Amino acid sequence: MSEVTEKPRMPIECGVPDPMPLMHPMMRENYGKWSWHDRPRPGVLHHVAKSGDAIWTVKAGTQRQMDLGTIRNLCDIADEMADGHVRFTTRSNVEFMVTDEARVDPLIEKLEADGYPVGGTGNSISMISHTQGWLHCDIPGTDASGVVKSLMDELYHDFKHEEMPNRVKITTSCCQINCGGQGDIAINIQHTKPPVINHDLVSNVCERPAVVARCPVAAIRPALVDGKPSLEVDEKKCICCGACYPPCPPMQINDPEHSKLAIWVGGKHSSTRTKPSFHKLVISGLPNNAPRWPEVAEVVNRILKAYKDDGRPWERMSEWIDRIGWPRFFELTSLPFTKHHIEDWRGGRNALNQSSHVHF
Amino acid sequence: MAKQMPATPLLDQLEGGPWPSFVTGLKRLANDESKQYAPMMKSLLGQLEHSYDTRKGYWKGGTVGVRGYGGGIIPRFSEVSGAYPESSEFHTMRVMPPAGMHYDTKTLRDLCDIWEKYGSGLIAFHGQSGDIMFQGISSANIQACFDEMNDIGFDLGGAGAAIRTSMSCVGAARCEQSNYDEARAMRTVINNLLDDMHRPSLPYKMKFKFSGCANDCVNASHRSDVAILGTWRDDIKVDQDKVKEFVNENGRKMVNDQVINMCPTRALSLNDDDTLDIDNRSCVRCMHCINVMTKALSPGDDKGISILVGGKRTLKIGDLMGSMVVPFMKLETDEDFEKLTELTEEMVEFFAENALEHERTGEMIDRIGLINYLDALGLDVDPNMVAHPRTSSYVRMDDWDEQAEKWNRRKSGSAAAE
Repeated sequence: MSEVTEKPRMPIECGVPDPMPLMHPMMRENYGKWSWHDRPRPGVLHHVAKSGDAIWTVKAGTQRQMDLGTIRNLCDIADEMADGHVRFTTRSNVEFMVTDEARVDPLIEKLEADGYPVGGTGNSISMISHTQGWLHCDIPGTDASGVVKSLMDELYHDFKHEEMPNRVKITTSCCQINCGGQGDIAINIQHTKPPVINHDLVSNVCERPAVVARCPVAAIRPALVDGKPSLEVDEKKCICCGACYPPCPPMQINDPEHSKLAIWVGGKHSSTRTKPSFHKLVISGLPNNAPRWPEVAEVVNRILKAYKDDGRPWERMSEWIDRIGWPRFFELTSLPFTKHHIEDWRGGRNALNQSSHVHF
Repeated sequence: MAKQMPATPLLDQLEGGPWPSFVTGLKRLANDESKQYAPMMKSLLGQLEHSYDTRKGYWKGGTVGVRGYGGGIIPRFSEVSGAYPESSEFHTMRVMPPAGMHYDTKTLRDLCDIWEKYGSGLIAFHGQSGDIMFQGISSANIQACFDEMNDIGFDLGGAGAAIRTSMSCVGAARCEQSNYDEARAMRTVINNLLDDMHRPSLPYKMKFKFSGCANDCVNASHRSDVAILGTWRDDIKVDQDKVKEFVNENGRKMVNDQVINMCPTRALSLNDDDTLDIDNRSCVRCMHCINVMTKALSPGDDKGISILVGGKRTLKIGDLMGSMVVPFMKLETDEDFEKLTELTEEMVEFFAENALEHERTGEMIDRIGLINYLDALGLDVDPNMVAHPRTSSYVRMDDWDEQAEKWNRRKSGSAAAE
């Protein structure tokens, strides 16, 4: 063996690949030179360039966690019907581009026949952004893919139709870190009991000062338990957030019974009309009821129905509630308003009604 | 004899219903007996069913990597490997996608072929940070798998206390609302920071995201430490004939209700002849009217970017939204891009030197105050950075005259430049 081949291969630090050679040629040719767009039907975008070129995009839902068969099937469809290119959206929808309107309908037909719903555009409910869950995360309180699958089965009609006041972005998260992010509706794990500590393992597994520092309410302190260095939690102070669990797995926060699901509404990332906003708690205490989480679906449907019936065109969830007020929101959704809805975290005063405005 | 499929009565319930089922995909892989991943995926299905049954997760982290890099692989070792041995190692490879997530089928098929040889056959397009997530590979296969992907032009993304994989919207590739070259900006900034991505040594994670306008399709404002958003500073472009057509087609009530009255700064008015009157000095470039009247209205010609800093989710002090630190900068010439490269480098450097362990940029700014951050980066204060000026008198201001003079000098300087 020569000396050269014995040298270990080092990575080529090539970074983010250049999209230009990979994108649909018409998009490459008209890069930065588009003029306007419209939506001929749900699931289809039509963009016209200053050059007069026109491109139709057909958007379809996927399961995000895809097997090779699914990806190769999408490739076959792209090769046969869409010039051999695809694009994925932030919410794991797949997009096929064609340059002839006559190719749109056959493409939709093929996608639907192969099980990919066409939709997700405009004022529809797009694919739920999801995290890893039991499939792959090291700290999950619930699954992600299963929650999303069962909810998207429920929301199938509204993925394929544009009947909501404005777009609806739903997110799920399997712990309170909330990797799913802000959403018009966010479905997130909410723990309700302090961590259960395995004192035999703490000193070997956890860097104790780092764990103490991680706690948002300073409820963790070093302690000797049965003669072993460990950590203890002041359970009166503990807010059961689970922040100690990732740096210290022996502080188990997940519990099949006491890790609940909470639903939050009114998160918005864009600066369109109103400034971006965080989602707000509307209900907690829902059971983590795998494999189909029917209690969560029931509440989500209730919130969506109220918004669909009462929201005005272009109002996002947060803007709708801004108009009708929280009392009406709780009335329309028949959800209980509790002391837990009143913010007491830092800056909480800003969430109080500091005015004489009252909704009747 | 081939390994038996595990019984999965709970997961089976996720195969019904109209939405594509990930369980069906997992089973296809597990039943693909001619492939090396079939036993691993049978075992994985068994463990996932066990999670559904007991409502608990069974993965733990560890240390796994590729030669030359300190990050990019998410190690997963099973805590129940006795019962599910073939998926005892089920690591994820985070791989950076092309900017804008464009693919040709050859590239996707090549990635599939490599993954078929070494991995589980399961791929997520894409993870929350924007990575292609190749989910499920043994420690022994990682290096060879990475080498082959790297040979066709793909590189690992970020994990841990590092620069993370970034995202940019479709932008200039297909959207008339794009205000800068998002793909170029993303590649310029991120590819300049690869050392801090591949060798994690920052206080905590740091994310950049790139959206072409205020619609913020990649959720940059909240989901990144540094959000680059497209904007423009001249007037909205109006085709008044198209405005008239729109009014004619949709009626004045619709235009008043859905366009004029939804403008957040009351900058719009419908004229008696059904043309649009825009008070451009009051407009905040929120995109609403442009979103509704896509043929009649479009962003101006003097395009550029705004930069917001400090977005993040709950851990540890609570949610933070990105806040404005650069209201406008041009991003067209090589020099403009060089300026952005330098600024983002300084942002990383300041974060590296000043953040506490496990502190994000937004938390650091919360602790030290925005003024110190701006000072360190050499950014001038601007009223666009505040929702409103200070309301508390508890501040020492004995250098007031000096600070006012700074503002006056800047104003007369920029007046002279014009």
